Amino acid sequence: MWDHEIKAMASTHAIITASVFMATVIPAVFVPGFSVYGTHLLWVYAVSGTVTCVSVAIFWLLGISPPTKKHTLGYKLSRLSRSCLYFFLSCLFFYTVVVLYGAPLIESALETFSLSVLLTSLTTLRCLCVLGPNVQTWIRVFSRHGAMSVWDTCLQITVACTLIGAWVGAFPIPLDWDRPWQVSSSHRKPTYSDWNQWTFELLFSFHHLQPV
Amino acid sequence: MKVRSSIFASFILVFEVLGVALFLRGFFPVPVKSALPSKSRLSDLPAEPQTGGSPNSTRLPQPLFSRVVVMLVDALREDFVFGASGHLYMPYTRHLVDRGSSHSFVAKARPPTVTMPRIKALTTGSIPGFIDVVMNLNSPALLEDNLIWQANTAGKRIIFYGDDTWVRLFPKHFMEYDGTTSFFVSDYTEVDNNVTRHLDRTLKRDDWDVLILHYLGLDHIGHISGPHSSLIQPKLLEMDDVLKKIHSSLVSKEAEGSLPYLLVLCGDHGMSETGSHGGSSEPEISTPLVLISPAFRRKGGMKKPEVVEQVDLTPTLALGLGLPISQNSVGRVIPGVFEESSLRDQLRFLHLNGHQLSCLLKDSIPDYEKDAGFEQFRVAEKAHGNWMKLYLEGNASEVLMNMGKKVLKQYLEALAAMSSALSKQLGKYDMYSMIAGMVFVFQLLLVLVLAMPEALSGSAAVDLPVLSSLFSLPFYLLCLLLASVHVLVCTSAESSCYFCSLSWGLVFAAVAFSSAMFCILISLATRRLPLAPKIHGKNTGGDWSLSELDVLLLAGTIGHTLSLAASSFVEEEHQTWYFLLNTLCLAVFQDVCRKYFREQRGFGEEEELFLPSKDSHPSSHHKSEVSSEKWLALATPPFTLVCCRLLRSLNQTGVQWAHLPDVGHWLNSSDHKTVLSLLSAFCLVLIYLLVQRRCSLVSKFALALGLLGVYSYRAAVGNVLFPWQQSTRTTSKGTVEARFVYVFVLGILFTGTKGLLRSQILTADAKLKSRGLWEIYSGLVLLVSLLFRAHNLPVLCCCLLIQTLMAQFIWKKLHYDAAQTTIMHYWFGQAFFYFQGNSNNIATVDISVGFVGLESYIEAPAIVLTSLSTYAGPLLWACHLVCYLSSERERSPVAIGHGCYCLALLRSVPAAAYIVLVTVLRYHLFIWSVFSPKLLYESMHLLLTAGVCLFFITMEQSHSTKLT
Repeated sequence: MWDHEIKAMASTHAIITASVFMATVIPAVFVPGFSVYGTHLLWVYAVSGTVTCVSVAIFWLLGISPPTKKHTLGYKLSRLSRSCLYFFLSCLFFYTVVVLYGAPLIESALETFSLSVLLTSLTTLRCLCVLGPNVQTWIRVFSRHGAMSVWDTCLQITVACTLIGAWVGAFPIPLDWDRPWQVSSSHRKPTYSDWNQWTFELLFSFHHLQPV
Repeated sequence: MKVRSSIFASFILVFEVLGVALFLRGFFPVPVKSALPSKSRLSDLPAEPQTGGSPNSTRLPQPLFSRVVVMLVDALREDFVFGASGHLYMPYTRHLVDRGSSHSFVAKARPPTVTMPRIKALTTGSIPGFIDVVMNLNSPALLEDNLIWQANTAGKRIIFYGDDTWVRLFPKHFMEYDGTTSFFVSDYTEVDNNVTRHLDRTLKRDDWDVLILHYLGLDHIGHISGPHSSLIQPKLLEMDDVLKKIHSSLVSKEAEGSLPYLLVLCGDHGMSETGSHGGSSEPEISTPLVLISPAFRRKGGMKKPEVVEQVDLTPTLALGLGLPISQNSVGRVIPGVFEESSLRDQLRFLHLNGHQLSCLLKDSIPDYEKDAGFEQFRVAEKAHGNWMKLYLEGNASEVLMNMGKKVLKQYLEALAAMSSALSKQLGKYDMYSMIAGMVFVFQLLLVLVLAMPEALSGSAAVDLPVLSSLFSLPFYLLCLLLASVHVLVCTSAESSCYFCSLSWGLVFAAVAFSSAMFCILISLATRRLPLAPKIHGKNTGGDWSLSELDVLLLAGTIGHTLSLAASSFVEEEHQTWYFLLNTLCLAVFQDVCRKYFREQRGFGEEEELFLPSKDSHPSSHHKSEVSSEKWLALATPPFTLVCCRLLRSLNQTGVQWAHLPDVGHWLNSSDHKTVLSLLSAFCLVLIYLLVQRRCSLVSKFALALGLLGVYSYRAAVGNVLFPWQQSTRTTSKGTVEARFVYVFVLGILFTGTKGLLRSQILTADAKLKSRGLWEIYSGLVLLVSLLFRAHNLPVLCCCLLIQTLMAQFIWKKLHYDAAQTTIMHYWFGQAFFYFQGNSNNIATVDISVGFVGLESYIEAPAIVLTSLSTYAGPLLWACHLVCYLSSERERSPVAIGHGCYCLALLRSVPAAAYIVLVTVLRYHLFIWSVFSPKLLYESMHLLLTAGVCLFFITMEQSHSTKLT
């Protein structure tokens, strides 16, 4: 059982990582002039879109999400709408946090918002998929010693690592190397490092989980 | 010897300040100076070299110019004249540059690009040391040999109009002068009209030889609105008109047969993209230098101007006027200026310049004979002698001409080599003093760190083995060793060294202190070693496990210290602090959420473990109170975050993004005066409401009146509007109003001190004491609100608001210990240092604060006021820390000792690390522009923290007397 879960999780993460990779490579083939730095907005859309689709699909197929008590269509719909609402709220939340970190409020709002969508698709969406739109469960999982299953631990680690990765991504901003990704007009976090950090931390999370 | 940790920490800090002072003395090079204190005289000039025959005349060649007009425009940047928009900005000048008989150059100013050092550089030809910036506040008469003195002695009549720095530097040198003050930065028209109004009259007269004009308006515009503002063009057109007026008048006066005139247009320094100056960025150091005279060849078209040093103007002007070059000048003559005179004269000019440079070289470099430039000069001088011999024999062939040209080239090379050798001399460090200072600081830091377990223990006392180490053999051996090292270094070093020049008593005290410290260090370390596993075992026991917040606090402190190694992180240090502060608030928010939501969900038993005191009052009774408190506590971190975000856009600082428009500029523009008035009135009211809570009645009254006084002071200075005074008054200095506020500040401080003393001596009343402390704090707040610019009042307001909320709902309720609270206070203090518009650049220090309430410049109060207003953020937070920790006494009686120790550690770790960094990076490209100002800021902060820690001691002292 334990082994089975680990295996499922490993393959899930492998698929998601692969999808991020594909989301970077495939547009490069089809869209002329595509590059991670040059058309960073497009890239961010591609990645967050793919990650959203792939993780929803995988978690639905695997059936990780907690069994619902009622099977009526109305209940399912309300769950879906609540999930969408949470998704949107989490985007707003990340947007606010990034603005509080110094990004301009209105100027380059599009970039900031796409960053928050990316962060949401990497963190909140997975919580929604695994735990369902249930705030009490979320609080339990994210409080200390709250993880009860492999999936909970995995969630804790990936969410924490994604956020730390985004946080670390802000370090090179003050450096005056004048690179294109050090977006000069704002103090926005460069998005590139979320992705790097995230994939890196995924491997790290496996490493952590094997002895469990 | 058992010492309380607050006394221990303050002692360490005070000695660290001494160590840093020694380091600073060694780090900032003393300017190159001639050994003789006298001035160059005409009679000392060397004879014209000639092999064989008797020495020729020692006289100077004929002066080239009869009259010189120097038009100095403050902050005139090179591209204002030579750039693409030069045609629009200064059409007449540009025409002269392109077509007229003129020479144009880009003169590179040396940092610090501040007016007074630049004036000194232009007149003495030397490069003033960095320390001159600090002296910029106060400019006493220039005693060094300089051009103005030389001209005055030679009987030239000098007239000066412009910045009164000149008048202070050269008292009694000018036949006629009118100084304008650069005090009111907001005025950019009157200040120039005061110069130009004399011009017509003066130009008509014939009784002067040198006219110096120093225009300040452009610099003021730069400070107000930057180099791209719409005010720049009209101002430059005005300057262009002035130049045109002078030029046409000079042309009309020109008579046949007499010597020609010379008109010099130059800038003292440039202007950065933000409009400030002081650093060493390209736009700040590039100034135009245009020399206009009929003696020059008329030019065909615009060429790219050559690059010269700013100090090169000094010897050029001196020789052009037939004056000796001032002794300490490191400049070399600009050969283009003399190209029309005879070859003999040209060689003579270069010879004079070379001779002066070689004399300076002899005085400042011990092994000057080995210097390449000096040797070249000797060779050139010999060749010059040969040439003169042939020339005087009447030889006038082509060969002689070519030979002369060769000598000229040799001279120029020699001059360049000597000048660069002298400039390099400026970059020499007194390594011995630096290392000695560094060793002191590090010994102290290590003792501080090793004492951590004891200092943060429950008794908050450190056991220093002073006596045992003083009577140990290693102490005496070390003393002997260090003393012999000192003697060895000082006798072998050929260059001057500050530490060696100290008196023997002082040096011996330092040596003994250092060896004692070393012994203490060793014994502390040995004491720790066997203990270490025990402590470690305890740590893993779970009692001391680090929470996320602790990890963040530690990582942030260490990360910040490491980040100082990169010049960009030093320039943009505010980003680091804002970033850390935001993260801190989010972490605190998470802590708050965890506490309240867990409680709600029945994890209460864990909470009760932490809050034994809370059971005393029944929870059902305070249900509604508790829930409102919960929401307030939950709202505090987001509110703090929003405050910080708003404050961050109030003042853009740093280098890269400093030019972005910010709210501060918007408020200060004259269109939004009403908004600024309303905002500052609102802030003052809020400050009153926040501060008065814990004051006595008398202080409340005094505070209210004082804050009213602050508003009327701002109205008098002209920053804000008085609602009931419609008539447009002339702006005054507001001295009366400011003094009115000072009276109340002193009154509040006095009542506070009285309360403290009474609580200490007569009654052991904790309430009286905390009120006294708070009154001292509110006195400080009142003083700061007077000193802050009107647009910075929201910073003060938010500071008080955050302090109040955090103390009430976060620090008390979440039971953070003294160390955590201290680190948070320190971080907030740092962030507020940058919120108020400071940066790690000297240029952002607001010097005008030194004049608040004073009629004229008085050194001591000006320095105190300036440092107080610059470090207002860290100081206010440190004072709040004292108030908070002493009010928390019932909970933890040693909180003050812990806080003091933490503060000392927090301050000395970056300071010590920074000293090492600066030593390692001393040949870095940005050492003078980025790292040295930061070093000054760090040392000043260290000094202030030492003062705050002494204040801590007095607080703890009274506490212990109360216990006994």
